[in-house]
Amino acid sequence: MKAGKISGLVLVLVLVLVLVAFVVGLMIGIGGQEQGAPAAVVSAAGGATYGGGFSAEDNAFSLSGNSKSVAGPPMTDIVIVVNDGESIQQAVQSAEPGTTIHVMPGTYKETVYIDKDGIRLIGVIVGSERPVLDGEGELNDAILFSGNNIVVENFTITRYKGNGIMSQAGNNWEIRNNYIVDTGIYGIFPQLGQNGVVEYNVVSGIADAAIYIGMSDNVHVAYNDVYDSVAGIEIENSRHAVVEANRVYNNSGGILAFITPGLPIKTTFDVIIRNNFVLSNNHVNFGAPGSTVAGIPSGTGILVMAADDVVIEGNIIKDNKNAGILITDHANASNVTTDPESDPNSDGIKILNNTMINNGYETITEIKALMLTELKTGNPDIVNVGLSKDSCIVSRQQYVTVGIGKFGDCDFMNTLNIGNYLLETVPPRVISPEDQGKIAYLGICAGCHTYTGRMIGPPVQIIQALYMDNPQGLAEYIANPIKKRDDYPEMPPQNYLDEATRLAVAEYMLDVKN
Amino acid sequence: MRILYFISALLFAPVASFAADPAPFVLRENCPPSFEKSEAGLCELRTRYDFYDSVQNAGLGGTQTALPAHREGFTAQQIDLGRYLFFDPLLSGDGTISCASCHRPDRGFSDSLPRSIGIGGHEISRAAPTLWNTAFLNKFFWDARATTLEEQAADPLFAPHEMGNTPEKLLNSLNSNSQYPSLFSQAFGQRGDGAEVGAEGDGEGDKITLDEVYLALAAFQASLISLNSRYDRYAHGYHAALSDQEVEGLNIFRSFVARCSECHTPPLFTNQQVAVIGAPEPPGLPMDIGAEKTFDAPKLKAGFKVPTLRNIAQTAPYMHSGLFDNLHDVAVFYNGGRGHAVPKGVDLHLHWHITSPDLTDYELDRLVDFLGTLTDESLMPQVPQAVPSGLAPIENKTTSRVAKSSTTSGDAS
Repeated sequence: MKAGKISGLVLVLVLVLVLVAFVVGLMIGIGGQEQGAPAAVVSAAGGATYGGGFSAEDNAFSLSGNSKSVAGPPMTDIVIVVNDGESIQQAVQSAEPGTTIHVMPGTYKETVYIDKDGIRLIGVIVGSERPVLDGEGELNDAILFSGNNIVVENFTITRYKGNGIMSQAGNNWEIRNNYIVDTGIYGIFPQLGQNGVVEYNVVSGIADAAIYIGMSDNVHVAYNDVYDSVAGIEIENSRHAVVEANRVYNNSGGILAFITPGLPIKTTFDVIIRNNFVLSNNHVNFGAPGSTVAGIPSGTGILVMAADDVVIEGNIIKDNKNAGILITDHANASNVTTDPESDPNSDGIKILNNTMINNGYETITEIKALMLTELKTGNPDIVNVGLSKDSCIVSRQQYVTVGIGKFGDCDFMNTLNIGNYLLETVPPRVISPEDQGKIAYLGICAGCHTYTGRMIGPPVQIIQALYMDNPQGLAEYIANPIKKRDDYPEMPPQNYLDEATRLAVAEYMLDVKN
Repeated sequence: MRILYFISALLFAPVASFAADPAPFVLRENCPPSFEKSEAGLCELRTRYDFYDSVQNAGLGGTQTALPAHREGFTAQQIDLGRYLFFDPLLSGDGTISCASCHRPDRGFSDSLPRSIGIGGHEISRAAPTLWNTAFLNKFFWDARATTLEEQAADPLFAPHEMGNTPEKLLNSLNSNSQYPSLFSQAFGQRGDGAEVGAEGDGEGDKITLDEVYLALAAFQASLISLNSRYDRYAHGYHAALSDQEVEGLNIFRSFVARCSECHTPPLFTNQQVAVIGAPEPPGLPMDIGAEKTFDAPKLKAGFKVPTLRNIAQTAPYMHSGLFDNLHDVAVFYNGGRGHAVPKGVDLHLHWHITSPDLTDYELDRLVDFLGTLTDESLMPQVPQAVPSGLAPIENKTTSRVAKSSTTSGDAS
């Protein structure tokens, strides 16, 4: 039965049949016919534009050229050059925040970790020679950072056991033009950060996701070449992400938008997947037992699980044997855990025009069964299992679909208004010395000193009397204390506070009134 | 102790009492360390993590990440009342144990036992968790069955094998005590006619309520802050705070081979989720289904709340039923292969980060080194020299350095 060929009278008849417990499969079919009017054949060009789920006009900014810079210009002019045979990590350790580190071609067998801000780790490519980070199958991760405004460019990374490039909570990062091959669990894995760009990377041979955006906000993944991995690009428990113009092929699953239950940040929404090549993602699934991606049916082009407001637009989705687009929920994914705090359904999915050729030619049994219930024939381009409320599709008649009966017609045709979801680079936070001093006093000094009473150290009143006009003297003392009083334990040095903070806390301590 | 207390009370009591004995307790007006008193008189936490932010304000991330939302806004008096209650065995059914019996300050606010011992020598089925940094938690108990400190407090108080009290008996003990009615008035405002608070025949509005007890206990526990460890100094930018081997351990901890930090996520070193890791029970004990019961979810069978690792070196033995008595054995367990210790025939939905990381012995040692850097007890509260019931405040008085070093504190003054 084709949508639109049914009159109101027949609809009533069918509803009666439903009341006498007609087959479930046909109920799904009826959903499709609720749209009523004949499916409009519309051009892929023109039409209304999507507003997005993020305040794009206020926040997104346009940049000239294709590369996106969110880390901002170098904070300083300092450049350190690392030559073959030297250690990148030693350079990082000696670098002040804001330093650019140029790494010359050569082989570097080390883990590089960056726990400071503004480090730009730039490989220098000479001829076609790049600096190579080689984990030799022994080292855990290649590059790991927690600082803000970090740039990692132009490296070859191979044979690590863990991840190629990972971040934990850094904001404003750029990961660009790296070649990551045969490396561990994730190729590129920014986690728990905001405002980042992953572009122009070539990533292959990864046992989980080649590019995995985890629990992050405002992310741009573009122009990457991603292949021979279990999952190509995964947007997981993240919001405001654009995945565009990537070539994603011969993975088990191409592009994923997931909520993985059991993670501490519970949502994925506002994801735009557009203008990607999603080709022949038919690789045998070699995901580790227990990993979420191990449950991906090989041959799935784009997979949405429990994510909301996902726009799929303008992709070329070709030769994916299971399905071009598969939308599912937690209830239908047996290998994920249960989490009462995360919404298990994929809602607000928006499928705009996509070019879909030769998908679903060897689809899994469950999808075949689903098609039977809808009396569908052919190879499925688009499969939806689960409720997927408030979802829509453009030109549904051009695809072989199953389970999208309740999808409405989208009232927009493109996402032209949304260049990206990136933020203007937030300048480094300036913390006033007064605030540093106050917080250090309350959080550290007050553990041993009270204003009047005896605790572990002498009362603040006595210290004030001793150092009244001499905060510098007090600041020097706390950096390197000596035992002064027989009846008190010796004070431990507070040299982990930097000099400015030590002075600020001394001034604060000499000024407190109770 | 009693004599010492009496002398100190005589020396320091601001106003001479008309009661012969004991002298009245007066609650502190100052907020505990790391708290600032607001203009409204409420204690608000201040830490160096206040300078940072976090994705979705979840308080999860890396080195310089803000903390999660936390409980605060109690008065200094409420916190101090909670301190007395916490250490007072009056709260148990037979006056033998206090909260501090299983959450001992000198043992990382745990008790060094594989499974805690409650009233009458009963062994309960799980280990006592640390109370450091509970202000930041939104799930309590190993099986995550409570969502607030107040809800949590009610459970051990009235569990027959823990503190073994009843609500009626607890309220009666407090209301008929010579000190507590006045202390609750100091913490929660004057009630009734004041002088006769809590006496027989007063209106119900004059009585101490359970909610006040829970709130005071919550207030005290939320003041137990541990954020000044050597790791924290590193995180705030002083990299010399950790040795090279400890930094190696940090990098293993957060690597995607070991994946520890995926669940034990900084800055609290817990992501507060339930995880099924497949740790076995000690020999002879039945399998604990954990959070399966809480959420009526078979996929969470043997799932437990991810505990914080702050002060972890102080709280052996480890795991929900105290299977491992040192951190090296814990690391060996995680390295032993996914599901290697799950009993035959039991089907667990193991967490996806439980893998077979294949770490070397050297790496396991470095992990243990790193965990040692998470120790910070610099804001240890003072153990009261005496508690309002007159009972010994804690079973073993070889307690904190604060208690040992302070002979002239303002306690009970």
